[in-house]
Amino acid sequence: MNKGLCNWRLFSLFGMMALLLAGCGKPFLSTLQPAGEVADMQYSLMLLSTSIMVLVIVVVAIIFVYVVIRFRRRKGEENKIPKQVEGSHKLEIIWTVIPIILLLILAVPTVLTTFKLADVKAMNDKKRDKDTVVVNVRANQYWWEFEYPDYGIITSQDLVVPTNEKVYFNLIASDVKHSFWIPAVGGKMDTNTDNKNQFWLVFDQKATDKAGGVFYGKCAELCGPSHALMDFKVRPLPRDQFDAWVKKMQNVKKPVVTDPVAKEGEAIFNKSCIGCHAVTPVDKRPEQARTAPNLANFGDRERIAGILEHNEENLKKWLRDPNSVKPGNKMAGTYGHLTEEQIDALAKYLMSLKVE
Amino acid sequence: MSTIARKKGVGAVLWDYLTTVDHKKIAHLYLISGGFFFLLGGLEALFIRIQLAKPNNDFLVGGLYNEVLTMHGTTMIFLAAMPLVFAFMNAVVPLQIGARDVAFPFLNALGFWMFFFGGLFLNCSWFLGGAPDAGWTSYASLSLDSKAHHGIDFYTLGLQISGFGTIMGAINFLVTIINMRAPGMTFMRMPMFTWATFVTSALILFAFPPLTVGLIFMMMDRLFGGNFFNPAAGGNTIIWEHLFWVFGHPEVYILVLPAFGIFSEIFATFSRKRLFGYSSMVFATVLIAFLGFMVWAHHMFTVGMGPIANAIFAVATMTIAVPTGVKIFNWLFTMWGGSIKFTTPMHYAVAFIPSFVMGGVTGVMLASAAADYQYHDSYFVVAHFHYVIVGGVVFALLAGTHYWWPKMFGRMLNETLGKMTFWLFFIGFHLTFFIQHFLGLTGMPRRVFTYLPNQGWETGNFVSTVGAFFMAAATIILLINIVVTTAKGEKVPGDAWGDGRTLEWAIASPPPVYNFAQTPLVRGLDAFWLEKMEGKKELTPAEPLGDIHMPNSSFLPFVIAFGLFVAAFGFTYHNDAGWGLPVGILGLLITLGSMFLRSVIDDHGFHIHKEEVLELEKKEANA
Repeated sequence: MNKGLCNWRLFSLFGMMALLLAGCGKPFLSTLQPAGEVADMQYSLMLLSTSIMVLVIVVVAIIFVYVVIRFRRRKGEENKIPKQVEGSHKLEIIWTVIPIILLLILAVPTVLTTFKLADVKAMNDKKRDKDTVVVNVRANQYWWEFEYPDYGIITSQDLVVPTNEKVYFNLIASDVKHSFWIPAVGGKMDTNTDNKNQFWLVFDQKATDKAGGVFYGKCAELCGPSHALMDFKVRPLPRDQFDAWVKKMQNVKKPVVTDPVAKEGEAIFNKSCIGCHAVTPVDKRPEQARTAPNLANFGDRERIAGILEHNEENLKKWLRDPNSVKPGNKMAGTYGHLTEEQIDALAKYLMSLKVE
Repeated sequence: MSTIARKKGVGAVLWDYLTTVDHKKIAHLYLISGGFFFLLGGLEALFIRIQLAKPNNDFLVGGLYNEVLTMHGTTMIFLAAMPLVFAFMNAVVPLQIGARDVAFPFLNALGFWMFFFGGLFLNCSWFLGGAPDAGWTSYASLSLDSKAHHGIDFYTLGLQISGFGTIMGAINFLVTIINMRAPGMTFMRMPMFTWATFVTSALILFAFPPLTVGLIFMMMDRLFGGNFFNPAAGGNTIIWEHLFWVFGHPEVYILVLPAFGIFSEIFATFSRKRLFGYSSMVFATVLIAFLGFMVWAHHMFTVGMGPIANAIFAVATMTIAVPTGVKIFNWLFTMWGGSIKFTTPMHYAVAFIPSFVMGGVTGVMLASAAADYQYHDSYFVVAHFHYVIVGGVVFALLAGTHYWWPKMFGRMLNETLGKMTFWLFFIGFHLTFFIQHFLGLTGMPRRVFTYLPNQGWETGNFVSTVGAFFMAAATIILLINIVVTTAKGEKVPGDAWGDGRTLEWAIASPPPVYNFAQTPLVRGLDAFWLEKMEGKKELTPAEPLGDIHMPNSSFLPFVIAFGLFVAAFGFTYHNDAGWGLPVGILGLLITLGSMFLRSVIDDHGFHIHKEEVLELEKKEANA
């Protein structure tokens, strides 16, 4: 087989694969609709490896079908003894060498990409560029905390990032191992309990628009009964809007409550919930003390508890019995019984916590 | 003791099996208990698929789902696949090498009872608070966090006990294959299944100790105040991942190499051709085993080991594809030019090739570290390893069941029912798992007990659940087949399929207690086939007919293993109840006491006299 022919075949396979796989899944969730540089690189590797593998499958399938049809024992051949062949050095060399070549074609880009994805020098520079966005991700059963160390603000459940630039992450878990995954934007990395992991992602503006402005994030490591429900959302914003958001977050000194019912809610909140939940983005407590999601911009969130539609009804459901929504969560049983009026007031208050 | 078969009562049969040291009966024990656990693991799989059939289902929620998921994996790997592999090793390997038994019959029985009581202990957890719930990998931070019940303790102690049994079995087969081959059976004349058993045993010997160490650490941390995996006290949870996968990856080959061996036998037999490229097959088997130890960290690409480690393990993993590919092509070319008879076992063997190739190529895709960041812990991985383990190992076990059933029990499984089982299972398998590749690629993480609607996963999950029921139906037909066959199957001669090539087909089905009346002389690969081609019906004997020395049955293996079973209960509860420690010590005393008895009581075995052998052989010839 000459090289040109081989290349041509690979190329056309490549194209077919891309056609087949594109359009699979949802743009806010599917790895097959890459929404950033990292996902792009990984998608190219997937296409390359899938193409090579389809080639292998086709070759095996052709021989397989031929053999199974051609050499079946037919009527009248009950006593036929086929020639006892020992082997063939020529054939054996062929099917050793060709796979090695195919693997080399895959191995080189694999190694290159692996190193590229691990390049986090920019975030560890002593004199880090002011514009380099770094987010400390802390995973907990079953919620996510996002801290922006350079801006001194903390949020949770909804990650806000600038588009079209590298965003760097420090990843750690506070209880058991989790794994941080935004499928459409790039592969996952574990949040270990032992050490900090680092990696970077890029959120493409166009893809963000296509996905409706929000990407889905998942926990990808079994972490307990509610592992399946440990979702988060990502809201990438153009750089100027992101800067504006940071400003607003930094300026929240204290929740502003006007509604009388919400005020009542605030009183209840400050009596019991405030021990774990902060309501300002600036939270100077050490991370061990931050045992529950920061609620400063709760009213702006995409979901209740990461999974339920964002409305007061669902919030009340969650407050009434958190275990019915997320089994095994750490909030259940930490506060006494709440009357319906108290729940209403709390819901009013929490929904009023808005930054935007 | 008389060796002449006669009708026995139920009690006598039971006692016979509880005390047997005969490799053929131990094979039955492995087959029955492995089969039972296979049904249990299958039932758990069905529950999983029912829960995932539609979004927001509430059939199995949260913690309970995690228990079922953990037990499905653990049961299938440790209590179903491995014992079933051991069943065939026991049933076949001594016959294939022309031996009268394994090297250490007593140890063989002990290995079985260790596995049995370990598995029983693990499953007791269902009735005692809750089963383990941290996945079959039982990653340290989560398994130390799981304190609601003793599930994880049942996991650590249960697997520890059954793991001892596995190591004993492996050592036994290594010694047997090295020392007990019939005259003329050189290493390069050994049947492929025997080679696979040999290499697998070596793998077990080196792979299980890391697991043992990991389990001891875990036991210490959970039950005796250790801090091996506690970062706050200087421990490290990643160590567990390394220990587990240093065992866990070779474990894949521990399962799949015997599967390769089984298929190699079946391809050759039903193509009426010797295995194509026998020596390269042997070499590939050894190479896969060797490389299998070099690649464990590909299960940990996302742990944060850094690009150098990830790149090295990525490339090392890819190399395994080469010897595996060699095997695939050798099987294809074994059939090439052959005279293929499509019996039930051959159906599985033929179906294995495309199914396993699918699993193999996704394996190479997963090896590409940077891309694996996307696949890792998604349903893509679930699809991949089920393609390898079901498409490779389970197909092989079902094939082996149909292939060696007549040898083990003297009756042929019904071929029509067998083929029905095959087609249902084959269709169900692809229906269940193929679509899971795409579930993973579209973002579905694995080990989730539910999923929300509108994420594009509804259809895929529903199709997958439908497929699972096909496999369940196939299994039920297999059971019916076994019952019908046992009741009134046709009796078969020694060479049950007519195309047997290896030594096991040269003797009666089922074989007499001493296997070979005279140790055979082996004159080449496929020794029985060679004799048949020269027009002979029997093997050339290598020795004159004489008295045959046999080992005595013993109840001690059962008691030794039972002692550990008792001890495990004691130590599991020693922090909660006063009776824990004394019961634990009592259990250990039972075990150590029986080991002491075994050491001091002289047991020279017994002889089957020449005349008795002659009589038995004559009866067999007339039957």
